[in-house]
Amino acid sequence: MVGVLVAAGVYLLLRPGQLRVVLGFVLLGHAVNVVLLAAGGLDRRTTALEEVGPQTADPLPQAFVLTAIVITFGITIHLLGLLRRRGGPEPTATGGSAGPGAAGDPAAPGRADPGGRADDTRPTGEPS
Amino acid sequence: MTTLLLLPVAGPLLVAGVLLVLPGRIRVHRAAALVTTVAVLVAGVVLLVGTADGSVPVLRVGGWPPVAAIGLAADALSALLVTVAALVVCCCLVSAVGSGDDRRPHFLPLVLVLSAGAYGAFLTTDLFNLFVLIEVMLVPSYVLLSLAGGAGRDGAGRVYVATNLLGSTLLLTGVALVYGTTGVVGLGELAGAARDEPLVAVAAGVVLLALGVKSALVPTHEWLPRTYPVASPVVVALFSGLLTKVGLYAVIRVYAVVYGGDPAYHWLLGTVAVLSMVVGVLGAVGENSMRRILTFHMVSQIGYVLLGLALFTAASLTAAVYYLAQYVLVKAALFLCAAAVRAGRGTDRLRGAGGLATVRPVLAVAFAGAALSLAGLPPFAGFLAKFLLLRAAAEAGAWLAMTVAVLVSLVTLLSMLKIWSALFTSEPPASAAVAARIGPALTAPPLALAAVALVAGLAAEPLLVVAETAAAGLRDPAGYVRAVTGR
Repeated sequence: MVGVLVAAGVYLLLRPGQLRVVLGFVLLGHAVNVVLLAAGGLDRRTTALEEVGPQTADPLPQAFVLTAIVITFGITIHLLGLLRRRGGPEPTATGGSAGPGAAGDPAAPGRADPGGRADDTRPTGEPS
Repeated sequence: MTTLLLLPVAGPLLVAGVLLVLPGRIRVHRAAALVTTVAVLVAGVVLLVGTADGSVPVLRVGGWPPVAAIGLAADALSALLVTVAALVVCCCLVSAVGSGDDRRPHFLPLVLVLSAGAYGAFLTTDLFNLFVLIEVMLVPSYVLLSLAGGAGRDGAGRVYVATNLLGSTLLLTGVALVYGTTGVVGLGELAGAARDEPLVAVAAGVVLLALGVKSALVPTHEWLPRTYPVASPVVVALFSGLLTKVGLYAVIRVYAVVYGGDPAYHWLLGTVAVLSMVVGVLGAVGENSMRRILTFHMVSQIGYVLLGLALFTAASLTAAVYYLAQYVLVKAALFLCAAAVRAGRGTDRLRGAGGLATVRPVLAVAFAGAALSLAGLPPFAGFLAKFLLLRAAAEAGAWLAMTVAVLVSLVTLLSMLKIWSALFTSEPPASAAVAARIGPALTAPPLALAAVALVAGLAAEPLLVVAETAAAGLRDPAGYVRAVTGR
């Protein structure tokens, strides 16, 4: 199950398109949650709410998973928000010439300078 | 003493929450953020004094037993890093006033949450809380990166979020695997587990890999120079002081405690360290803006700290801790200089007008001091840090690593000279309009940090003693483990 989720998640991550990346991360997040639950030893435990003993389900991984789900959810929303803004293209380490990030929209403004010269809210100094 | 441990985590979070319901009052925000951070700084110093004898105060929030409690503990290393981080945040807050960054919506509450996550990650005692606190730190950073950024910020924001999300997913997987193999996530309970059992070593290896991504170690460094230079320099100063350093701290802590400093992996850490040094410094050579050069140097400097960990002798760990502390301050000083340059000229590219040294000599002095310290020249702290590290490498017989470290220092100096000659000394002098935009709020913080680097180099004794205590705690984590597990 984890394998299928991870495979699908990685496949989506490697596909072009931002939405697929987000969905890929959602699947990867699910995979990790399953791993976390399994880490509690599902096969050798009984359900909770019966007699408490060494066989009772381990509550700690479940608490972990709850926390992890909340965090993943929040970040997914943020990613979707970033996706909607669709501003500039991806920066490149070479100073903004054509690079692997050119898969975005090539006509976007300001791609010549990821260094921040086109920042619109601050006083512009001398031309450089 | 123990209740003081709660302040660095809870204080900034609470204040950030209150500030969020009081939008638009910039003076209140500034005062509250600064007071909170100074309070954390004071708490850090108190903890530092209290842990100087090797004692480890532990707080279990809510008084739960050690397995279920949210534990916070400070040994000398944690206390030192909290203090240094708080100092950097203070300086960044002052610089943000000068550069106008803190007028952006929710800037100050975000900085507070980010710093709370970082302090918490330095203090936490279990792997899962480490993951949660790293997330607490990263989520505001996602917003800060694209909030105050320039062109290309959305693309960089996506790269940044995607990389860190992958890192976090990996970290969580590692934590799950550690829990699956051992049934505990507390650092104290895990002490030495990875040295004794190969299965745990694999699980903890996943954790280390994820932390390596977060601290931008080669070969997972590529995201750092692609994303950091897009953000505003003040934000980058903050990130450089907190984000990657948390990853580095966690690598050191996990390796020292969970692996017990297992010598079987020293060659791996050493290789990564040397590669990071070389790749980082060579990447910086071809760059042409101050922020880009400095971000590449981050990768390189992280390699030095990791080299100290890889040797794992008392001398090398002392050097690594001392190096880490001074490097955080120096790097923040350099980025704050970049913030001042950018506020004045509107860009921090090296081409075009320079001559800042004549109109803003204070800034030039601050930059020169920090740059010389980064390159490792006396009498600054950077010199002592590199000297200690090289001596430790020589004692351990790691001649190759030592040679590489010396050569990388030379290239670092070259990069710093490049910035210096392009921005500060070249003719004609910068115009009065440029000078007017660089106010004292922008020049004072880097000068203060550079002064700390100078003092830490000239009067190194107190910091060295702390570093020695921290290194002793890393080499023999028994005291830390006993305090954390409560046994």
